[in-house]
Parts: sequence; structure tokens; C-alpha cells
Amino acid sequence: MSGIFSASAWNKVWMYKGTFILGFWNTIQTSILGILLALILGLIFGLMATSGNKILKAVARVYVEVIQNTPVLLQCCFLYYAMAFSGHSMGILLTGVITLGVYTGAYMAEVFRAGIEAIPKGQSEAAASQGFNYFEKMRFIILPQTIKIILPPAVNQVVNLMKNTSCLYIIGGADLISLTYSFVTGANTGGAYAPAYIVSGLLFFVMCFPLSKFAGSWENYLKKKEQRTNI
Amino acid sequence: MDNLISSLSMLENGKVLLYVGKGVLFTIIISVIAVLVSIIFGSVLAVLRNYCTKGISKVFGTIATVYIEVFRNTPLLLWIFICVVFCPAPEIFNQKLFTLTSVETKLLWKAAVALILFESSIIAEIIRGGLNSVLLGQFEAAKSQGFNMFQTFIYIILPQAFRNVVPTLLGQVISTIKDSSYLANVAVIELMARVKQVLSAAGQYNGTNSIHSSDVFVLFGLAALIYFVIDFALSIVVRSINNKKKATA
Repeated sequence: MSGIFSASAWNKVWMYKGTFILGFWNTIQTSILGILLALILGLIFGLMATSGNKILKAVARVYVEVIQNTPVLLQCCFLYYAMAFSGHSMGILLTGVITLGVYTGAYMAEVFRAGIEAIPKGQSEAAASQGFNYFEKMRFIILPQTIKIILPPAVNQVVNLMKNTSCLYIIGGADLISLTYSFVTGANTGGAYAPAYIVSGLLFFVMCFPLSKFAGSWENYLKKKEQRTNI
Repeated sequence: MDNLISSLSMLENGKVLLYVGKGVLFTIIISVIAVLVSIIFGSVLAVLRNYCTKGISKVFGTIATVYIEVFRNTPLLLWIFICVVFCPAPEIFNQKLFTLTSVETKLLWKAAVALILFESSIIAEIIRGGLNSVLLGQFEAAKSQGFNMFQTFIYIILPQAFRNVVPTLLGQVISTIKDSSYLANVAVIELMARVKQVLSAAGQYNGTNSIHSSDVFVLFGLAALIYFVIDFALSIVVRSINNKKKATA
């Protein structure tokens, strides 16, 4: 184990702590912007899938199937190289935001669709009978009720998005994993494998664990509530 | 337009197709093996986490819980990098195998180990969901029939748990096929890496001595199409099982 107990290796990591902080910050930045994009896309395509209009539904279906059935890494490469070779080179973080936003957006669309479909039809009819138009109905009646249903799966997708920031490595990324890797293989900084990977893994764990824990316990709470109301 | 035609001519190049085709095979084989091993390892983890909650066995339950949470909350790429450095490769992989060089064979082993470790944690949680759906009465019934703990799990509990999660497990095969593309970061073995490799030499194959964005579209489009066909076929199977389940329920 190269240097898990070696003080000098840990010292090296501490000396270059700026690398890890920068990577951590880049990952968080990419994640937050990616999540925003994913939520917007998810909401739009989720509404399209539940709109009842056949064309809109088909468009949403195609988006979801194409994106969900191809690897995020491939989409990332596709976007980056297609732009680079056509002479409009994009920043790596921007590529990451768009790729992850579009990729997670497909999953969010399914989450929103399931959430909206879980609301009893009577709610929709009641809203229509009260003179709400489509957007008012969604904004004031349907979507507020879906929040508690879609929260756990949506948070799980957020965790996946954070983990998927590592796909930026293949295009020479600036995220936490990529910077960790260039740290352990760098000419001046190389060699401190174990401490660097532990630090980087820990940073990811600190970001993701509270979220997935929250999603898990909220889901259990909903299940228990459902069981109680069913009895 | 000329660029596109010259890019498309790459797809008529037998060498390119064979090279990419081998990548497809590797992707499928790696994913299937990873899922099969992960189901075994994941079942053990799931049983430990779910039922080792009392007395001395709590140690194992805690270990399984920590393992699952750590792997679920860190990226696959981190584990691939860790395994590339720390995972020992048995002597048998130190040779040329399946048209790979000995270095690549060793990397394949290491990356596959990382993939298995990562997928096990996810599959463990899926199987745990199946275990939780098995009624407690099944344990009591098995006990009253004289089954011991081990037999109860093998013959009574796990078969029911598996049947409940077959669609979710198949869905995880889709994820694993997609996740296997992360192997492209360390070695040129599977589909994603090979396509990227072809792209970097596209100038030779398309006959124009330079790489255009149309090459990106053709090559990555081909890869996307292959991934899509495999994954979409699987997702149709998943959906039909789910619909049958709904119809019988």
C-alpha cells in the first residue's frame, strides 16, 4: 500500500490541498448548474409526457429513451469533440453542465412523469371545474402535491449526477476525480496514491451520503404512511 | 458534405468494424460477468445488512452497511483508479489473452474488479428491497418445517426475493453496460475506448488526413446506436415483465 501510513505522503496531500479544494469546488459548481438544467428539462419533458398530446408525448419518449440508453461518458465525448472539431471549442465545465444536465434531465423527466401520474385524476378535473387553466392547474394544484412523492427519486438522481461529474476526466476534466488523478500522477506531486484517493473519496462521500440518507429515510417515511392509511 | 461521405467510408473499412465489434463483445462480456458476480456478492451483503442486527453478528451487518454506503456514495471512476493501483493481478492475467496485450489484460482484470465492487453495492440494495418484500411468516414457516438458517435462505427466502426484483436487476444490467464505458478512462478494451481510439486516428481511415466533426458524428453515432440497441432491447424486456406483473397482481 503505497503510503497509506506514510507521513510524507499525507504531508504532500496537505501541501497541495488547494488542488483538492479546487476540484471539490468545480464538482459542486458543475453539479449545481447541472441540477438546475436537469430540473428544468425534467419538468418540461415530464409535463410533455403527461400532456395527453400524442406528438409531445412521442418527443418526450424519444428524449428519455435515447438519453437513458446511452452512456453519459459517450454523450460527454460526443458534445465535446463535435464542438472542438467544428471549431467552437467549449469549456470543460460548460460541457459538463450541459452533458450532466441533459443526461439527468431524462431521468428527472421520468421522475416528474411518475409523480404527476400518481396524483388522482379527480384533482385535475376539480381544478378544471374551478376554471383553472393548464398552467394554473399545474402550478397551484398538481405540482405542489407531487413534491413529496418525487423528492426521494429526484435526490437520488442528484447524487448520481454528482458522481457522474467524474465523466469529465475523459475530456481532460477539472473535477475532483480528474484533479486527484493528475495530482497522484504529476511529476512533482506524484506517488501519494492512498492518501489522495482517501481524501477524494471522503469528499465525495461527504457530499453524497447526507443526500442519499435523506432520500432513503423520506422514502421509508412515505411507505410507512401509506401502510397506515391502507389499514 | 464531402467530409460526411469520407467519414461514412470509415464504416466500410473492415478493420475498423472488426476493431469496434470486438469492443462490443468486450462490453457485453464484461457487463454480464460483472452483474453475475455482483449478484452473488450483493446477495451476501444484502442478507448481512438486513438480518445481522443482533449480538455478535452485528459486526458483519455493520461492515456490510458501511461497504454499501461507501461504494454507493463515491464514483465508479475513483474505484477504477484505486484498483488500477492497488488491486493485485493474479499471474494468469500476466499474458496475452483475447487479442489484448499483457498490460491490457491486467488492466482489464483490475478494472473489472472495480466494476464488480461498485455494482455489488447497488445490487445489494436492490436485493435488499426484494428481501424486505418477503413476508416474515415465511421465516416462521421454514423454521417450523425444520429448515436451518442457511437452508431457509437458499430454498425459501432468496428465491422469492429474486423473483420480486428480476425487472430491477435487468435494469441494473443496462446501467452496468453504460457504466462499463468508464473503463475507457484506463484502457482501450471495450466499445467506448475503441471508438475514441478510432477517432484519434480517423485521419488515416477517412482518407482526408484530418479529423472533422463529421467523423465525431459518425463514430460516436455508431457507438451510441450500438449502446442504444442493446439497452433499449433490455428495457423492453423489463417493461414487458413489469406489465405482466401488473396484470397478474
